[in-house]
Amino acid sequence: MVFALAGNQNSGKTTLFNALTGSNQHVGNFPGVTVERKSGEVKGKKDCTIVDLPGIYSIRPYTQEEVVSTDFILNEHPDGIINIVDATNIERNLYLTLQLLELKVPTVVALNMMDEVRENGGSVDVEKLSGILGVPVVPIAAAKGEGISELLEVALETANRKALPSVYDFCNDGGPVHRCIHAIVHLIQDHADSLGLPCRFCVTRLIEGDGDMDEKLGINQNEKELIEHCVVEMENSTGLDRNAALADMRYNFIENAVAQAVIKSSESKEHRRSVAIDRILTGKYTAIPVFIFVMFLVFWLTFHAVGQRMSDILATGIEMLTQAADKGLVSYGINPVVRSLIIDGIFAGVGSVLSFLPIVVTLFFFLSILEDTGYMARIAFVMDSLLRKIGLSGRSFVPMLMGFGCSVPAIMATRTLSSDRDRKMTILLTPYMSCSAKIPIYAVFSAAFFPRHAALVMIALYVTGILVGIIAALMFKSTLFRGKPVPFVMELPNYRLPSAKTVALLLWEKAKDFIERAFTIIFLGSMVIWFLQTFDSRLNVVSSSADSLLAIIGRFIAPVFAPLGFNDWRVATSLISGFTAKESVISTLAVLLGTSIDSLGQVLGSLFTPLTAVSFLVFTLLYTPCVAAVAAVRRELDSSLKTLTVVISQCVIAWITALVVYTVGRLLF
Amino acid sequence: MTLDKLKIGKSGKITSVGGEGALRLRFLDMGLIPHTVVRMQKTAPSGDPIQILIRGYELTLRLEEASKIEIEELSE
Ligand SMILES: Nc1nc2c(ncn2[C@@H]2O[C@H](COP(=O)(O)OP(=O)(O)OP(=O)(O)O)[C@@H](O)[C@H]2O)c(=O)[nH]1
Ligand SMILES: [Mg+2]
Repeated sequence: MVFALAGNQNSGKTTLFNALTGSNQHVGNFPGVTVERKSGEVKGKKDCTIVDLPGIYSIRPYTQEEVVSTDFILNEHPDGIINIVDATNIERNLYLTLQLLELKVPTVVALNMMDEVRENGGSVDVEKLSGILGVPVVPIAAAKGEGISELLEVALETANRKALPSVYDFCNDGGPVHRCIHAIVHLIQDHADSLGLPCRFCVTRLIEGDGDMDEKLGINQNEKELIEHCVVEMENSTGLDRNAALADMRYNFIENAVAQAVIKSSESKEHRRSVAIDRILTGKYTAIPVFIFVMFLVFWLTFHAVGQRMSDILATGIEMLTQAADKGLVSYGINPVVRSLIIDGIFAGVGSVLSFLPIVVTLFFFLSILEDTGYMARIAFVMDSLLRKIGLSGRSFVPMLMGFGCSVPAIMATRTLSSDRDRKMTILLTPYMSCSAKIPIYAVFSAAFFPRHAALVMIALYVTGILVGIIAALMFKSTLFRGKPVPFVMELPNYRLPSAKTVALLLWEKAKDFIERAFTIIFLGSMVIWFLQTFDSRLNVVSSSADSLLAIIGRFIAPVFAPLGFNDWRVATSLISGFTAKESVISTLAVLLGTSIDSLGQVLGSLFTPLTAVSFLVFTLLYTPCVAAVAAVRRELDSSLKTLTVVISQCVIAWITALVVYTVGRLLF
Repeated sequence: MTLDKLKIGKSGKITSVGGEGALRLRFLDMGLIPHTVVRMQKTAPSGDPIQILIRGYELTLRLEEASKIEIEELSE
C-alpha cells in the first residue's frame, strides 16, 4: 500500500515522514527544503510505503520540484493521500486540500502543528471539519510525535475501505460558478467516467483552460465551444476571470469551514515573537550589519574558537595513534614496504583528512541553525535586492549559502527556483561558495604560513570566492543569461527553536558522511597515490619518489602551474587527486611528503613560500568542483557539454585569478 | 491604489489581482484574491521587497509584483 504525503511547503511533511518511517531526511524551517520524492517503509507495518514529496501550494505546478509532487499524485495512483495541513495557517493550507479532494483518491487530512495551536488557546472541532471536508481529519504534532499512530490507523483504514472523499462540491450556492461547473460536469461526465478520470478535477482544469485536458478527454469542437460559453458567462456574472473565480470559490468555502470549525487564537505567541525578532534581524538599519555579524561569527567560531580547537585535539590523537601503530609494526618486524603502505599511505592520507571532522561538523551545525530557526528565509528577503543586481532573486541565496557546506545538495536545492535561467545561473555560481571539503586545505596552509592570522586568511578566501562569483555572475548576466529575474513571492515562516533531535541527527548524518568518505575515497586515493609514488614503471621500489611513476605523470602537468609559482610534480598531483574529493589535496600531499598531519605544515615550507601558498590556495578555491559536484551539475543542467564547459571555465578562471594574485604579490613584496 | 503604495502598518482590501501567467496563479494560490485584507508589515532595508501579512501568515514579494495588485485602503 502506497501513501503520498502532500501538503504546502514547510507544513511538516518530512517531519511526519521521518516519524513514520524512522528515517532521517532533511527537515528545515524554510519553504522548499525537500526537492525530491523519497519513499520509506512505515516502521512496524508490512507493505506500507510512504512517499515524501516536495511541498506544493496547488495542483498546478510551477517549479521543477513541484512537478515531481503533482506527477506522483496524478500519475502514479497512490492508494491514499495523507494531506498535511499546517493548522496554524489553516486557510491557505486547505486551498490545496480542496484540490486534492477533487482527485477521488482516499484521503486523510493530518492537522499538523496542533501543539502550537493549543498553546495559543486555539482549537479545532475535528469532527465538524471532517464533516465539512468529507474526509477523516486527525490532529497531530509531527515534531512531538503526537497523534502519529492514530493517523496511520485512520489512513490504513480509509485506504483499505477505498473510502473516497464524499465532498467535492465547493460551490454550494447555486451562483454563477456553480452553474458553470455543473453545466460542464454534465457535458463531460461520460468522457471522464469512461477514461477513469476524476470528473471534478477534469472540470476545474477545463475551466482553468488546460489545453491538455481537452485532448485527454477527447472533447470535440462543439463541446469546446459550449464549455467556453459557460466559462465566459461565469466570468461576466461574477466579474472575475476564470482563475480568480475558482480561487474565490475555494477560499469562500474555506472561510466558511474555518468559521464553523476553528477557533483561532487572536495572535499566536510564535507570530508575535517573530515580528519582534524581525524588528532587528530585518530592520531597516540593522539587517545588513546583523547579517554580516552573524556570518562572521559563524566562520570565526568554526575556524577559530570551536571547530579549530577540537580539530587540533583530534589531530594530536591521530598523531599518537599513528606513532603507536608505527612502533607496533616495526617491532613486529613487518616488511618495510607494507609498513610504508600502512603508515605513509593510509595513516598519513586518511589521518590528515579525518582530523578536520570537527571543523566540518561545526560549520554544518551553524548552517542548520540558520535554516531551522527560519533566519535563512529572512536572508533571502534581505538579500533579494542585492542579488537582483547580479540578475538573481533572493531565493538563489539559499543554495549558495548551502554551498558553504557541500555543493551537491546546494546544486540540488536550485530546483526550488522557478525560472530555468535563475536555476542555471545559480548552479554555475554555487561552486564559487567554498565547500567544507576544502577546509582541510585552507586550515593546513594557513596554519603553516600565516599562523597568527589563520582565521583571517580563511575568511579572506571565502570572500574571494564570493567576489569572483559575483564577477562571473555579472558576466553571465550580460552574455549567456540575459533576461529578467523571476518574481520573488515567498512565505516567511515564523521563527522556531530548532529541535535538538533534528540538529543532532543532521550532524550525525554529516559526520557519518565525512568519515565514510575518509575511509572510502580518501583511503583508496591514498593507497593509489602511495603505490604510484613508491614504484617506478617497472614496479621496482624507488629509492626516491622523484623517480616514481607518479613523478613522471606529475612532471608532465606541473609546468602548467609554473606561472602560478608552484612548479612541482607533487603539488600538481595533489590538485589532480582533488578532483575525486577536495580533501584528497591534503591527503595526497601528506602521502607524497611522507609526513603526518602534525608536521605537514613544516614540510610544506620546502615546497611553498607564503606568496605561492596564497596563489595555490586561490587556485584550489576556484578550480573545478569534485566529481560528485560535477555529477550533480550534470544532472541538473542535463547536458554533458555544458557541464564540461563549467569544469573547464572554472579551471581557467582559477588559473587566471591565481596568476593575478601571484603577479601582483611579486610586484608588491 | 496598488499594494506597493500602502504605508507600513496600514491595511488594505484587495479589489483586483493583476499579473500574468504563473505569477498571477501563484498570487491566487497564496490567497491573494479580491476581498482579502492585507497589512503592510515592512520593507527590506533597500525598500524592496516588501513583507505583508495575509490570512495570518507573512508573505514577501517585490514592489514590481505588488504593483499588480489593486487595493482599497482601510481606515483603522
Ligand atoms: N511546533 C511544531 N513544529 C513542527 C511540527 N512539525 C514540523 N514542525 C516544524 O516545521 C518545519 C518544517 O518541517 P518540514 O518537515 O521540513 O516541512 P516540509 O513540509 O517537509 O517542508 P518542505 O520540504 O520545505 O516542503 C520544521 O522547522 C519543523 O521542525 C509540529 O508538529 N509542531
Ligand atoms: Mg520536506
